[in-house]
Amino acid sequence: MSTPKRVPLPAILLANDLLDGDVVFSTGDGWTRDPSEAVIAYDDPTADKLEAHAKAAFAAQQVVDAYLVDVAIDAQGRPTPRHFRERFKTLGPSNRPDLGKQAVYRAL
Amino acid sequence: MYRYDEFDERFVRERVAQFRDQVARRLDGSLSDDEFKPLRLKNGVYLQLHAYMLRIAVPYGTLASRQLRQLALIADRYDRGYGHFTTRQNMQFNWPKLRDVPDILGLLADVEMHCIQTSGNCIRNVTADHFAGVAADELEDPRPTAELIRQWSSLHPEFSYLPRKFKIAVTGAEHDRAAVKVHDIGLRILKHPQTGEIGYEVIVGGGLGRTPLIGKVVRDFLPKDELLAYLEAAMRVYNLEGRRDNKYKARVKILVHEIGVEEFRKRVEEEYAKLNGPSINADPAEVERIAAYFAPPTYEKLPGDSKAYAAQRATNAAFAQWADASVFKHRIPGYAALTISLKTIGEAPGDITSAQMRAVADLAEKYSFDELRVTHMQNVVLPHVKQSDLFAIWNALREAGLAEANVGLVTDIIACPGLDYCALATARSIPIAQAIAKRFQDQQRQRDIGPLGIKISGCINACGHHHVGNIGILGLEKNGVENYQITLGGDATENAAIGDRLGPGIDADEVPDAIERLVDVYLNQRLKDEPFIDTVRRVGVAPFKDAFLAKDSSKTEEAEHAVA
Repeated sequence: MSTPKRVPLPAILLANDLLDGDVVFSTGDGWTRDPSEAVIAYDDPTADKLEAHAKAAFAAQQVVDAYLVDVAIDAQGRPTPRHFRERFKTLGPSNRPDLGKQAVYRAL
Repeated sequence: MYRYDEFDERFVRERVAQFRDQVARRLDGSLSDDEFKPLRLKNGVYLQLHAYMLRIAVPYGTLASRQLRQLALIADRYDRGYGHFTTRQNMQFNWPKLRDVPDILGLLADVEMHCIQTSGNCIRNVTADHFAGVAADELEDPRPTAELIRQWSSLHPEFSYLPRKFKIAVTGAEHDRAAVKVHDIGLRILKHPQTGEIGYEVIVGGGLGRTPLIGKVVRDFLPKDELLAYLEAAMRVYNLEGRRDNKYKARVKILVHEIGVEEFRKRVEEEYAKLNGPSINADPAEVERIAAYFAPPTYEKLPGDSKAYAAQRATNAAFAQWADASVFKHRIPGYAALTISLKTIGEAPGDITSAQMRAVADLAEKYSFDELRVTHMQNVVLPHVKQSDLFAIWNALREAGLAEANVGLVTDIIACPGLDYCALATARSIPIAQAIAKRFQDQQRQRDIGPLGIKISGCINACGHHHVGNIGILGLEKNGVENYQITLGGDATENAAIGDRLGPGIDADEVPDAIERLVDVYLNQRLKDEPFIDTVRRVGVAPFKDAFLAKDSSKTEEAEHAVA
């Protein structure tokens, strides 16, 4: 069986929380709102594990719209999505730095 | 204003209870995501980038003070203290939690509001001229027609699963302020040229999005009392023959375009002949009952020109400038229809804080018979204010941060939420609007440029109406970077036109310079008092295109210098 096409690695897995709607990141066995705590998949087995976690969480009515996002890693080892759409999704509205994750996690 | 009767009330309350149950069933797994999604959309709940979004219907843009106060309460209690007015005269909240939506819908029902049919493949919130009932150039108030269509189309069993969404707009005025020619159906109230009878011109197949088209007249004159049966015939033709195989070709505009307006008209007339009109058309007593809710308020008898207003204008230049931009001629002597700009320089177009909502609601209650309007330009209108009250209103608006004197000018920009909020967007809109507004913020310069409509969409779906902007801006993605296409010559009025693209897309930081070059061409070419759009029509796109492309030649020159 061929491997399904996925984004280039390294990648993180993000989703929206079903009840609250905000963006959450997979920690492999749980979910965090802090992007710097997201598990970074450097290899396919880790990416598989993140996708399996998302699938189970979707089936358990915890999250929706889960997918892998390819990231760059900064000097502190934190992931930043390579695509601007996913960067905004991780940060919040660019015209409102007081809102979204950028307001909570100052290091972003 | 229309007030709910017991049936309306019960219907909306039942819908809230149903949605509460649907959310609970989604959470316990009885409803799958695929099953739940269309249900939430039919209640105005989207999932956007950062959160859910709730779109609240403001039928034909008319609001009472208590309704705006309730929106302020919802903004504070369940959102982030602000809301956003859209180009369909609706309000959107950007941060509600799904768990709270049933309670929010309950609060809306308390003030006769809901989110029904603000999304999904159904007949959406009907829009109308924001100066309905007050404009001097109006033949008849379009809102009773819009309300009649709202009632007829709400949960209409035959039209709840259309091939695609369906948008209707109504105007009763000579000048089209409701963009009726770019709607699926546009209705223009007019007088029969021979008999003098009041009826409708029916325009079908207009629309923006990925295939922008101007609507075609399908009926020159439709007697007023035949409206619903004729709409039913037109909708039935669309419902049966609209393309369900391809969502990009599923709007009625594609059907009209593909089979031609004559054929479409023929099919509608054939269907219409088969219908039992009297069983579909509204009971005249019901039409009268609805119309009575829109009876004009009890105006005072005032002189045509207020002396106090004239004196305040004469002694306060800033006030006079604001009034020049914001005041629209009212049909009643001594009154004015006042547009409050939600385009404060540096803010997101159409955004309003909860404190501002309360301030505006207070002004409406005190000075405008408790009534407000939302415009498709993303501004708010106090429709019935005395000229002599304008100075007091201006002062109150200044305190609320809502006294920007730019209505209809270059900084009164329409912009969709774009990629700062929207999951469908391909680029940001708001920062582009902010950058242009900042560039042109000088008051004197704005007045010198005069009326100029810039409209920005963050994707091809065109919520920001960029195709009909005098200058249109479309945000796309190109090679992983936001990229903006510029169009020129669009017009949303009775002279509706789709803008022409000026050249290849440009980077975000190049947009203000590009707009500046286009404005410079206009200033150099215009005849005395000629508005921007008229100059474009007279001289054509070519000189603007040259100026737009000039940035590329300057880049080439730079490159040549570098090589040399």
